Amino acid sequence: MAECRGLGHSVQRKEDARFIRGQGRYIDDVKLPGMLYLDIARSPYAHAKITRIHEETAMAVDGVAAVITGKTLEGFKLAWMPTLMSDQQMVLPVDTVKYQAQEVAAIVATSRYAAADGAAALEVDYDPLPVVVDPHEALKPGATKVRDDKDSNHIFHWEHGDADGTEAALAGCDTVVEQKMHLPRIHVASIETCGCVASWNPVEGHLTLYLTTQAPHAIRTVVALVTAHLGLAEHKIRVISPDIGGGFGGKVPVYPGYVLATAASVVTGKPVKWIEDRSENLQADSFARDYHITAKLGSKKGKVTALKLDTVADHGYSDAAANPSKFPAGLYHIATGSYDLANAHVSVDGVYTNKPPGGIAYRCSFRVTEAVHAIERMVDLLARENGEDPADFRLRNFIKPEQFPYQSALGWEYDSGNYGAALEKAMDMIGYQDLRAEQAEKRARGELMGIGISSFTEIVGAGPSKTFDILGIKMFDSAEIRIHPTGKAIARFGTKSQGQGHETTYAQIIAEELGIPPEDIQVEEGDTDTAPYGLGTYASRSTPTAGAAASIASRKIREKGRKIAAHLLEADEADLVWEQGKFYVKGSPDRAKTIQDIAFAAYTNHPQGLEAGLEAISYYDPPNLTFPFGSYICCVDIDRGTGQVKIRRFVAVDDCGVRINPMIVDGQIHGGLTMGIAPALLEEISYDADGNITGGNFMEYLVPTAMETPHWELGETVTPSPHHPIGAKGVGESATVGAPPAVVNAVVDALWHLGVRHMEIPMTPARVWDVLNEHGAAATR
Amino acid sequence: MIPPSFDYHAPDTLEEASRLLLANPEAKLLAGGHSLIPMMRFRLAEPAALVDLRRIPGLSGIREEGGSLCIGAMTCESALEKSDLVQSRYPLLADTTRVIADPVVRNLATVGGNVAHADPGNDHPATMLAYRASFVASGPSGRRTIAASDFFTGPFSTCLEEGEILTEIRIPEAGPGSGGAYQKFERKVGDYAVAAVAVQLQLDGGRVAGAGVALTNVGLTAIQAGAAEAALVGSDGGDAALDAAAEAAAAAADPADDHRGSADYKRAVVRVLTHRAASSALARAREAS
Ligand SMILES: Cc1cc2nc3c(=O)[nH]c(=O)nc-3n(C[C@H](O)[C@H](O)[C@H](O)COP(=O)(O)OP(=O)(O)OC[C@H]3O[C@@H](n4cnc5c(N)ncnc54)[C@H](O)[C@@H]3O)c2cc1C
Repeated sequence: MAECRGLGHSVQRKEDARFIRGQGRYIDDVKLPGMLYLDIARSPYAHAKITRIHEETAMAVDGVAAVITGKTLEGFKLAWMPTLMSDQQMVLPVDTVKYQAQEVAAIVATSRYAAADGAAALEVDYDPLPVVVDPHEALKPGATKVRDDKDSNHIFHWEHGDADGTEAALAGCDTVVEQKMHLPRIHVASIETCGCVASWNPVEGHLTLYLTTQAPHAIRTVVALVTAHLGLAEHKIRVISPDIGGGFGGKVPVYPGYVLATAASVVTGKPVKWIEDRSENLQADSFARDYHITAKLGSKKGKVTALKLDTVADHGYSDAAANPSKFPAGLYHIATGSYDLANAHVSVDGVYTNKPPGGIAYRCSFRVTEAVHAIERMVDLLARENGEDPADFRLRNFIKPEQFPYQSALGWEYDSGNYGAALEKAMDMIGYQDLRAEQAEKRARGELMGIGISSFTEIVGAGPSKTFDILGIKMFDSAEIRIHPTGKAIARFGTKSQGQGHETTYAQIIAEELGIPPEDIQVEEGDTDTAPYGLGTYASRSTPTAGAAASIASRKIREKGRKIAAHLLEADEADLVWEQGKFYVKGSPDRAKTIQDIAFAAYTNHPQGLEAGLEAISYYDPPNLTFPFGSYICCVDIDRGTGQVKIRRFVAVDDCGVRINPMIVDGQIHGGLTMGIAPALLEEISYDADGNITGGNFMEYLVPTAMETPHWELGETVTPSPHHPIGAKGVGESATVGAPPAVVNAVVDALWHLGVRHMEIPMTPARVWDVLNEHGAAATR
Repeated sequence: MIPPSFDYHAPDTLEEASRLLLANPEAKLLAGGHSLIPMMRFRLAEPAALVDLRRIPGLSGIREEGGSLCIGAMTCESALEKSDLVQSRYPLLADTTRVIADPVVRNLATVGGNVAHADPGNDHPATMLAYRASFVASGPSGRRTIAASDFFTGPFSTCLEEGEILTEIRIPEAGPGSGGAYQKFERKVGDYAVAAVAVQLQLDGGRVAGAGVALTNVGLTAIQAGAAEAALVGSDGGDAALDAAAEAAAAAADPADDHRGSADYKRAVVRVLTHRAASSALARAREAS
């Protein structure tokens, strides 16, 4: 029998055959007969009254077929749409625009070029209104009000933990550090922008939506709900999510363009394609982060005791975050991190400003990056304040292996962990003590070198139905497996890969459980007509949920297989022993039936009283989240002349439980680390006082290239999740979440002796030089 | 990011190209397209027609002739990178081309386009000023040679006249004791410079006999830093002279605050880079002595 290469094998990715040959099928590859093209005219102002839209100026362009405005949509009650956070958002404005680059009108034309010319030609009269950009200003009495339908710019107050107990604990500490920090707006900037092709069939009353979405099933339900009044129903809606060129959370929300293309298809009776361009993607799609955090961390006799985080969250003009519905600040309350501390309180105040709406989780399980940044910065500060090396301080204050399952002060039950082992391994790999010695020598010579640690704990795999839902839909996920007569299989999932390698890893899970080699298993996702219902792929949830479902469904098949094998072997079910890929009779291993034999019999010779066929489905409701963790150590050199930070070495030890495909895990970590150093050093979308976007194209929004990316040195420890069927945890986001504070801690470490205690991100050369200059440490050569 | 429509011409001769330019005042020459086409995609430039220079023979190539290194205007950056002549004898030029954009862009972007575009962020203009290069242009009224110091008249503007086409760049031939260096500081690969400094030196008996110092992206055009040149000429290239030159270059810079940093910061970067470029140029000139 061929080796089945289940868990732990670096099987080459099945999907790569088409990707590396340019044969992936992305949204812009979808071309339907008679298709029209849609482009969007956008607002130059961050806040303005629209006094008139001169539709005739766009209609005058050759090839333009229709102009859709907010007034048009209002007629169909489609000018507004709900956000995932139960707020609402304009599809098109009826009278006022609220942020620069907001959609103002849609132009539908017979070619992509004509649509663009129409959008450029459209004249719109605006009366500019006062703008509020800074969320702290927005909270002040008398501030410009962003939303006409609300009383103030304050969206919500959310808090968690014991406020009084935490205050009291902090008062009892002998050492307390306090620090403000801002995690600025950033953008996922995936290679493929967003887009869709909407195809309405008026005869059948059927809508097909080809969509760049990470959550096709949820989108189908949302579309059904918001269009019910127009006569659309869920069985007449098919969402197809083809290959996706990067999602990272940016392809979870519903964007106005999707609704516009759908409306345009219904109005024209033709398929309509909308593909966002690069600037639109950066300027108008959901951003991430934008948390202003005030953190306090206290210790008593060197033991971390209490954490307090107060946060102002800038959501732009609408709370269009993509969190589970009961969590307005996502899983921010993972903020106690890897440390055993008894008192914690976190609060978040959401605020409206004249900026694009959002708050999505950029490669992060709902605000975990913000939480990890806060705790890892604060632990570093507190270590220094205690006069202790940050590594030693961490090792002493970690939750200990024997404390798992661990109840955190903010109410989570951590499944498993061995934090000390991961940090010690990272210190070993990088030669921590030698680096400290080198740093001392360099410092004596006036050179700036720093070493930074981040020992993060993540919380991924949302989530248990008790608390996790999106608009009421529980956050289970699904797998449906059918074994064909010849022993090959097809498996379909409610998730949707955007580069994570699901076609390979899911096949390996099934291979492990059933002994069918991965290449014999066809994995499909993304078509709501064929795949079982699931909530999609984001927040590192696919392995914890759908991956678990793959195991459970496989085991159901195995149990039916046992009955068939018993029938074929004329043995008692209880006497059969499963060994990967076959059942044999206890004591006589030669009397065996392989899974392929069993599959054939399921269709050709099934026992009487048992249904024919061999298939199973599982909707997996995880009992808990999974808590991957790791320790990263970053070593930087700083050029005193230019302020440039160079990452010399970066060691990442990750523990994501059992590794399904080690090569894919490494790939996820490589990509995640690159996306992790990006906000630390390069990326930011900022706004001037008038709400003009600066950093809205790739000249200013600095995505790292291979040249900025250091050589990653990876290590691993393996602490299985006790509640996941194969002991795996999510790993897609660990590195993005864990890396930024390691870089910040390294830079602050390099500058500590100058009196520097904190650096805001991105730590651009100009920002670092300003600090050097302030401390008289800038060089002239 | 979709440009408006435009006409496209691909003439076979310079005369025909000039004629097309004169006939269409809204037309633009197209070389490698890596400055012009992005501007068209942003609709910052909306030329009614493009006149592509690619089919005109004789506009690319690198050779030494008549006391000059002659570079055809349509020579692409990667050709400079692959030229043994440039790599072995013109280190300032070799440094410059290596830090322009990325390899993909350098396969198409041309030296002539880089100079003619006159973006203060482009790297070749400062290098050409430091080299004391001259540019050959061909137009309706014939051929003329323009000194680099006369060529750049403002941001994105040159002294080229209607219908005139840049055909060749001439750099004084490298002799014994010459050496140069380009130091560019960028936020990431492919970025335009926060600041960059070109230094070209001529040594004579251990002393600096001639110096060219010019700055990128710290003013409306590339800036020739005459005072920095003066600080170097006649010196032995010791640290005091380098510091003085660096100080003078920083004073000559006229930067603006933007995403790349404050004016103060950019001036400081010019100071640092001038020192570094001059040290490296000196070492190379000594090696070539
Ligand atoms: C991502 C990216 C990064 C870049 N980074 C850098 C960088 O770091 N440093 C840098 O210096 N440049 C950079 N560039 C610009 C690149 O080097 C340009 O291609 C170059 O500036 C122009 O050369 P071109 O051949 O592409 O000219 P084109 O774009 O074809 O033309 C530019 C302008 O010059 C005119 N023109 C072209 N040739 C002639 C001629 N022979 N006579 C008269 N007029 C002419 C054209 O009409 C046009 O107005 C970058 C470009 C990109 C796309």
